[in-house]
Amino acid sequence: MNLPEPFRLLLFVLGTMAFVGANAAYLVWVERKGAARFQRRPGPTEVGPAGLLQPIADALKLMSKQLIVPPGVDSILFRLAPILVMMPAMMCLATIPFSEALAARNINVALVMVFAFSSINVMAIMLGGWASRNKYAIISAARIVSQNIAYEIPMMLVVITLVMMTGTMNLREIVDQQAGAIWHWNLFRLDENPLMPVTFVIFYICMLAETNRAPFDMAEAESELVAGAFTEYAGMGFGVYFMAEYANIVVGCALATLLFLGGWQSPIGVWSGIPWFLLKMYALVFSVIWVRWTFPRTQFYSLLNLSWKILIPVSLATLVLTAIMMKIL
Amino acid sequence: MTPTLTEIAKAFSRVLGVTLEPGFSAEPGGGASANSGITATTTSSSSSAPSPATTAPPATQASTGTAVPAGLTTPAAPTAGMIPSSPIVFTEHASRGWHLDVTVTAPQVLDTARLMDRLGFCLDMVTGVDWMAQQAMEVVYDYLHFDSSVRVVVRTRVPREAAEVPTISEIFPGANWHERETHEFLGIRFAGHPNLTPLLLPEDATFHPLRKDFVA
Amino acid sequence: MILQKDIERLSAGSNETFVLNLGPQHPATHGVLRVKLTMDGEFITRAEPVPGYIHRMHEKMGENRTWAQFLPNTSRIDYLSAMAYTHAYVAAVERAAKIEVPARAEYIRVITSELNRVSSHLVWFGAFLLDLGGFTPLLYAFDDREKILDLLEGLTGSRLTYCYYRFGGVCNDIDAGFVEGARAFVTYMRPRLLMYRELVTDNVILRKRLIGIGFIDRDMCRRYGASGAVLRGAGVNYDVRRAEPYSVYPQFNFDIPVFPEGDCMARYLVRMEEIAQSLRIIEQALDGLPEGPFLAKGVPRMMKPPAGDYCFAVEAARGRFVVRVVSEGKDIPYRLRLRTPSFSNLSLFEEASRGMMLPDALALMGSLDLVIPDIDR
Repeated sequence: MNLPEPFRLLLFVLGTMAFVGANAAYLVWVERKGAARFQRRPGPTEVGPAGLLQPIADALKLMSKQLIVPPGVDSILFRLAPILVMMPAMMCLATIPFSEALAARNINVALVMVFAFSSINVMAIMLGGWASRNKYAIISAARIVSQNIAYEIPMMLVVITLVMMTGTMNLREIVDQQAGAIWHWNLFRLDENPLMPVTFVIFYICMLAETNRAPFDMAEAESELVAGAFTEYAGMGFGVYFMAEYANIVVGCALATLLFLGGWQSPIGVWSGIPWFLLKMYALVFSVIWVRWTFPRTQFYSLLNLSWKILIPVSLATLVLTAIMMKIL
Repeated sequence: MTPTLTEIAKAFSRVLGVTLEPGFSAEPGGGASANSGITATTTSSSSSAPSPATTAPPATQASTGTAVPAGLTTPAAPTAGMIPSSPIVFTEHASRGWHLDVTVTAPQVLDTARLMDRLGFCLDMVTGVDWMAQQAMEVVYDYLHFDSSVRVVVRTRVPREAAEVPTISEIFPGANWHERETHEFLGIRFAGHPNLTPLLLPEDATFHPLRKDFVA
Repeated sequence: MILQKDIERLSAGSNETFVLNLGPQHPATHGVLRVKLTMDGEFITRAEPVPGYIHRMHEKMGENRTWAQFLPNTSRIDYLSAMAYTHAYVAAVERAAKIEVPARAEYIRVITSELNRVSSHLVWFGAFLLDLGGFTPLLYAFDDREKILDLLEGLTGSRLTYCYYRFGGVCNDIDAGFVEGARAFVTYMRPRLLMYRELVTDNVILRKRLIGIGFIDRDMCRRYGASGAVLRGAGVNYDVRRAEPYSVYPQFNFDIPVFPEGDCMARYLVRMEEIAQSLRIIEQALDGLPEGPFLAKGVPRMMKPPAGDYCFAVEAARGRFVVRVVSEGKDIPYRLRLRTPSFSNLSLFEEASRGMMLPDALALMGSLDLVIPDIDR
């Protein structure tokens, strides 16, 4: 397709926004239905067939609610934080190739850009918690910062390992390298690093922690911190946080798919294309939901212990191992 | 090391300065029926703090309330109601719900609490009863033992208008809340209590709803 | 693991503390309990529970109505364990008035009390896991509990606040349908307990959150008068059903689960094991259910127990519940004292939670199994 550049840009901005919006809305539905199935209950059934219009009803409800700005909050930052939370998720999606042809931008340093923007997400939640002038929100903000510092490091180490193996930060090239069949996927490139599945597990755990999902939902921790950083937010302010959470899950799962599971490459070597990408990505999203409704929350300090005492040493070890193997073999 | 009921009664008699009938014994447990009604005799002069019962007339039932002169002032004053003729009474567990019923003066509450602590007892509850007809406030301490399942009731009476009992919250921290509750409901002061503010009532409550003359 | 010296340094050395009001509306307090926390970061330096938000003065109500009129109140103190509470009150009055209860009535009381204990423990199980951030077990537990509630609703007409026991027996007899339903529940519940063990108890995150957290030892229990699973989780073999046997409990063969560790896991395991033991009791009681009247003959409509004070203790789901009635021989009680287990169990929270982190303190609070109306009365 050879569209004029501004038109192409506009199309992708709209596309990304629609994708994020639809995902956020319908992942809520999937989560509610899925949770209901795990808990032997029907879940939403009233609005539309099988409750399919429930997200729309929810959105209407949230939008019709008053945006309460409590007295004493830093009103500029308080309003800014939800926007800042949503924006990086959208920006990350702009770099993610859905297939050979479908990508907003094919950037050579896409990987750097994704991680740069996903860090802003943390800052924004912290900002919201801090601006709320609520003790629960401040505890939550403090937790988020230490949690994300702890988990960015092993995630980065894993990604560096991967970049060493692939020799590129271009997501499309990374996926292209995994063409062929399932054993070409980075997950199974055991000849370069026999610990590759371990690095995938580390990446997955870090992704759960970065997106503040159970069992690492320290930021929200509804039985401890009421709603954490989002306690003071009402209406769509809360709704945007909610959407951003799902957008971040989508970004995280999409990255995991691209980096480890061969992106849009088919596991049997033929018929590669966008359905494979979506299938793998949503399977990961489903597993994230599954984990949430299965496990209790971890303690905060064991969460940090897990990162600093287990994940970082192991990911460092895989990094060194990869370096040695690349040098020797 | 679980004390038997007899040992507990003897320990009480030492603390209270009363002597038990020689050769008596009691068996702990729910079915101590044979021992019900055994009472201790009291010395009249040797104890420094005579228990109220030593000078009390034979007890009558509370419902009669005849023997009560109004306007009593001293804690040791004789009152009617359910004060037994002797400070240490064995009761049948199946009939009342406890094994040993000890009546003491207000200052002796501390000694008995220390004794109970030493014997490894646990404070079950603190109850206040307003005997308005007798112008008295009764504070009842229930103790239980984890191993021997003996239950001991220690009760004391103080004049209604100047109801003050020493706190045992230093010995049993669990008494802290029970005493706060008894204070707010009945207006009984617990001298030395660290924080005698209302617990269940609103923090600015000045009324005592369980007093019999309380009008809502 | 956090080192003890770190906790001491953090909680003693710093003066940068702030007060966090946990409640009266907070998801973890399961009701309107307020805990005033003095925090140093996430460490609790002092936790002061402030109960009383739903205080209803049941003790005063008791002084203003006849002995029988107070019956419905007893089930509204601990709404999850209403049967045991009614049992204590009814039995205290029976002790005062020297009423002999027919054997069948006692069996029915045991069956319904134990069913109620199972349902109460199931609610605790779900709510405790909810405190720990696991939502799903709650729904499973409520699913099981629903079966008990249906059974008891068929028998008593209410689902939660039963007023089923009467002085001298029970309100109406159990029928074959109830017996069959109770048996079916026992056979249904046993595999469920195995499933909970595999799915929940053995979960590594849960074990990390409970083992070694929230120590309450024997001496602390003694000083604060803690009872129930808190006490048995501290290694004390004390259960009112054995220590002060009442009703027909001596006739049944059941174990008192005791775990000596004194941490949250011990209390968790005690309650889970108690469900199994209650099922054993129910089964034996259904097997040995005697024929005969379910209500004693000749109990006066207007009770006038002889003067005196009387205590009756039962093992409710949360621990030792004592009713003291002081009678003047009139048709209304002179004084009614309710010693509730949650009250004493919560009073040790201040000491036990010192130096803990907020999530651990909430795990501790959950493991105490608090029912707020039971504290506030």
